[in-house]
Amino acid sequence: MQLALHAYQDAFAAALLADDPAADAPEELRSLLAQPGFAVYRNTVLKGCIDALQANFPTVDRLVGDEWFRAAAAIHARATLPSQVSLLVYGESFPDFLAAFEPAQELPYLADVARVDRAWTESHVAADDPLLEPPAVVALSPAQMATTGLQLHAATRWHWSDAWPIHALWSRNRSESSEEPAEIVWAGEGVLLTRPYGAVHCAALSGAGAAFLAACATGASIEQAVLAALSAEPAADIAALIHQLLDAGAFSALQPAQRDTARKEEE
Amino acid sequence: MMLMSTHAMLTGGLGLKPQHFEAADACAAPGLWFEVHAENYMVDGGPRLAWLERIRASHPLSLHGVSLSLAADAPPDPRQLERLAALVDRVEPALVSEHLAWSTWRGAYRPDLLPVPRSREVLQRVVDNITCVQQRLRRRIALENPSHYLRFDAHEYGEIEFLVEIARRSGCALLLDVNNVHVSANNLEYSAAETLDAVPAEWVEEIHLAGHSADPNLGDVLLIDSHDAPVAAAVWALYERLINRIGPRPTLVERDENVPGFDELLSERDHAHSLLSLHQPLAQAA
Repeated sequence: MQLALHAYQDAFAAALLADDPAADAPEELRSLLAQPGFAVYRNTVLKGCIDALQANFPTVDRLVGDEWFRAAAAIHARATLPSQVSLLVYGESFPDFLAAFEPAQELPYLADVARVDRAWTESHVAADDPLLEPPAVVALSPAQMATTGLQLHAATRWHWSDAWPIHALWSRNRSESSEEPAEIVWAGEGVLLTRPYGAVHCAALSGAGAAFLAACATGASIEQAVLAALSAEPAADIAALIHQLLDAGAFSALQPAQRDTARKEEE
Repeated sequence: MMLMSTHAMLTGGLGLKPQHFEAADACAAPGLWFEVHAENYMVDGGPRLAWLERIRASHPLSLHGVSLSLAADAPPDPRQLERLAALVDRVEPALVSEHLAWSTWRGAYRPDLLPVPRSREVLQRVVDNITCVQQRLRRRIALENPSHYLRFDAHEYGEIEFLVEIARRSGCALLLDVNNVHVSANNLEYSAAETLDAVPAEWVEEIHLAGHSADPNLGDVLLIDSHDAPVAAAVWALYERLINRIGPRPTLVERDENVPGFDELLSERDHAHSLLSLHQPLAQAA
């Protein structure tokens, strides 16, 4: 074999994931690919990707079972290898993959569950921002609330589902629990993930809360975020909502509101 | 060579697993140190990094990379190198190491230590890449021999000859994985003992020990560096032969699958510690 190194690496990399490794391989690589040891690399690469997805989407794994999960993960991994070497964050596009994956349609909330697993991962590895303490917000005058916004903590993530009680579905399947679960109310629901003191903390989130956070993310003032929340849910208890978000550690600081951005309500 | 002076206090180390954080932090075994895969801590923040800093406050730490792709025909990914440099600055590890292998190619990461032919072209590329890494980190790294599963017709160098030539030209040290030598020698039918005997003592900065398993289809003719079992007796014997010749080195016991409780892993590392303790004079002399 006397391929240039880059040509060798192109061919070896392609053969690792090909259905038939030798099919498109250059002549110089054939003797390598014919050896039994080549399968060790093929297996290790795929297993590494599948193991990482299974570790990063434990709730999906629990809902579908080991065999189904690993088969689906193998299909995704072959199509989308990790773009980063830290496998802790592999699976960015796995929720989208599940949303379009025909065999997943029997569990119509599976992609939503995957999005929350993904949000948990992002929250878990986010930067260690300071926490905005509630008194800083309570002290603001109405005039200040029109010009001041809330900066989201780096670890704050949320996911709203119009169709599914996603907090109930996710949280009861995320981990083993000895508690008798409450009856599920089959209505739209959101999940809020924050990291107030080290570990990721999970809570249910209302539609008003999701709209409030989405507005904050665009740089809206508190006043504009309140209007967004009321527009999503006219009867929302705004004071209770802001206290819930502050207590959960959703924000890191006050910031001057950015004008002209308030109406972008989607994250 | 000034290898022993820095690391004389490190004897047997353990690969650190997240499920063992508390027990590891609390463990006061003499000479104990911990090694982590750097990639698992290349994050912006959060509880993992907090744990690593806590462990670092109680024990010496080694950062071991598995993905820098020193043998890829491309310079190290600058973003990844910056992440590694930030982690090195953050935890000030006693040791930093990587593999003679590649895994990221054209932007996609393949989680394995992929092989290269030992050619002059590869030699130059690896030397350039190690030089780049050492300049950015402002420190020497150690280069590990991976396990081999394939026979390359195109090798222009023997394995040890190649590693030593890379070390000589780049100024890096060597991390000798005794299990990888055993697995490779078994798979490609050569003598593990003779291979280890050929390693010049002065280049070896660290030693790795781990378990392997037989290929499920082919059995013992194809051993896999699976890190899922205790260190095999044959590997312990090779290890003793090695340190009897070159003297003590920081020695890591690795386990990445079928991970048992902390105490069971610690007893395995204690065996390495006691073998190293037979060579105390070097530690004192440094």
